[in-house]
Amino acid sequence: MSEVITLAHGSGGTLTHELINNIFYKYFHNEILDSENDAAVFDAQGKIAFTTDSFVITPIFFKGGNIGKLSVCGTVNDLASMGAIPKYLSCGFIIEEGLTMDELAEIVESMAKTAKDAGVKIVTGDTKVVGKGACDKVFINTTGIGFIPEGRVTGGNRAKPGDKVILTGYMGDHGTSILLEREDMGIHADLKSDCAPLSELVEKVYSVTGEVHVLRDPTRGGVATTLNEIASQSGVNIKLYEENLPVRDEVQGICDMLGMEPLYMANEGKLLVIVPGEVSQKVLEAIRSHKDGEDAAVIGEVLESQSPMVLLKTFAGGTRVVDMLTGDQLPRIC
Amino acid sequence: MADILKDFKSPEISSILTKEFSKYQDRTFKIMELCGTHTMSIFKSGVRDLLPKNVKLISGPGCPVCVTPNYYMDNAVKLSMMKDVIVTTFGDLMRVPGDGKSLLEAKTEGADARVVYSPIDSLKIATENPDKKVVFLSVGFETTTPVVALAVKKAKEQGINNFYILAGNKTMPAAVEALSMDKEITIDGFLYPGHVSSVAGTEYARVNSKKYGIPGVIAGFEPVDLLYAILELVKLIVEGKGEVKNLYKRVVREEGNPAAFSTMLEVFEPCDTVWRGLGNIPMSGLELRKPYEAYDAWKVFNLEQNIDEKITGCICGDILKGIKEPPDCPLFAKKCTPNRPVGACMVSSEGTCAAHYKYGRYKINV
Repeated sequence: MSEVITLAHGSGGTLTHELINNIFYKYFHNEILDSENDAAVFDAQGKIAFTTDSFVITPIFFKGGNIGKLSVCGTVNDLASMGAIPKYLSCGFIIEEGLTMDELAEIVESMAKTAKDAGVKIVTGDTKVVGKGACDKVFINTTGIGFIPEGRVTGGNRAKPGDKVILTGYMGDHGTSILLEREDMGIHADLKSDCAPLSELVEKVYSVTGEVHVLRDPTRGGVATTLNEIASQSGVNIKLYEENLPVRDEVQGICDMLGMEPLYMANEGKLLVIVPGEVSQKVLEAIRSHKDGEDAAVIGEVLESQSPMVLLKTFAGGTRVVDMLTGDQLPRIC
Repeated sequence: MADILKDFKSPEISSILTKEFSKYQDRTFKIMELCGTHTMSIFKSGVRDLLPKNVKLISGPGCPVCVTPNYYMDNAVKLSMMKDVIVTTFGDLMRVPGDGKSLLEAKTEGADARVVYSPIDSLKIATENPDKKVVFLSVGFETTTPVVALAVKKAKEQGINNFYILAGNKTMPAAVEALSMDKEITIDGFLYPGHVSSVAGTEYARVNSKKYGIPGVIAGFEPVDLLYAILELVKLIVEGKGEVKNLYKRVVREEGNPAAFSTMLEVFEPCDTVWRGLGNIPMSGLELRKPYEAYDAWKVFNLEQNIDEKITGCICGDILKGIKEPPDCPLFAKKCTPNRPVGACMVSSEGTCAAHYKYGRYKINV
């Protein structure tokens, strides 16, 4: 049986050092981290994007990734959504005693790999071990810094009438896949989390135009909730076309069965891109040229509005409101 | 998407059907849906937006959560707060407030209330927690009740004696008849529930429509299903015959699902029950039969049913009867929203008020 993490690993003594050397330094290894000082030191200039996020997912290992990969993607994607080039990450671990060393190593290894893919370095970190029941296996916080190239201005308040809305691929994969694994419903579907860093896709967008009005990764609450935030920040209507929404048959089927909607299911590797109508086709092509953007589609457009909301033109031709998510999406009763 | 499903969403067929309605413009048609999933599908697919103004859809008491009386929720919360009890429920009930707090609020105070996807899951929880009493909140119509009956039978067969149900189950035929008799209500036609009919069959609908001279259709849930069913119903209303057409034959057989139905009646028997907003409808509820009373949470935990319950504040009753619409309620979208619901109709994903709030507001705003 694999060695297990105990409270002693968090005591600051020899076991703590062993843990740091054998796992964290081993996988994260880079010149800034290797200096082994109390804080990471690096040069910076120009505009900086700075963000933090905590990750508490059950199960910690899931199809398409694990909590470690997710913790790197989440923060990298928040930086990329500001047009920044992600550079440095910190990571804080809160580990419940009893997690095996092998599990931790697998998590840390995938963080290192994802960081490499996304072009970021993990330059500082912290580990605490808590007693049984004080947390759920492992919680990870990551904080990130990215540099914004000159001239890039993007934000949720910049959507303008005439803009088009692009989604970089199928929606709801992450939320639906996790739901299936968590609830053990006996539904077997060929689905996995879409968890992926978006920094390269963002650069694809900027390779076409500097005029990128909004970039957002529609995580919790899904595409519907994120677009509602943008509509209200920008004071516009966003009109979606149901026939253009990229949804896998599996995701649609499972959502239909449970009374949920793919529009509200979480994504961890998708980007919403809002750009002026005249460049939208070129941006779409650029996104589709990347492996994570092959299924991208123009899903809607930005319209003028007195009362900001998201509307959906349905398959059948009617129009309805797509509201924000209230609380958690709960399975319906019949 | 499978091709056949695509056809049921087809914009071309929808548009042909929508145009047909222009032949029936000289009068108003008041049509009541009796299935919560119809209510949701009609809004979600934009069908409401495609219908002409003279065809009025009224959402009847088809959502099991919405018609669950306050005393039921209060008892559920009371149970969940007991130290040795785990309450299990379908998701929709978690946010329903009752007269006091909701299960979601009780949970923050330490109550053990868990969402399950099937009553059978509750049996598993009971086996895994032998020192706890597991109570499943059993609400629903003919669609869900057979599965609950199966869970109770399984518990008995396997000797699981820490599993109970708080029965709040209801039967649709009794309610349809009560609505048909109600002098306050002026309904021209019924959109009979597709799911309930798949279990209960079509006989109850035919008898009811004939007896009260109100025609009906049994419909599916895709946009084309719905538009076609509503169009056919409009024709039946014009012809003035109390007939019922089954337009959901790919799922609903005339005899329903006799196996499911008889399992239900083996475990449950009819009783009086309160429909929130409508009051007590005699013999429209279901309670466990004597051989299964050891699983009856009402009896085991000595809980009381307030059969005279009256709702104050919101106008749920008038909304369920189709006398008023959600925007007519002074609380709608103001004091009562999905985040802070006053009544169950705003909570459930199938609730009339929630559906209006979620999908219909652009008509109200624009």
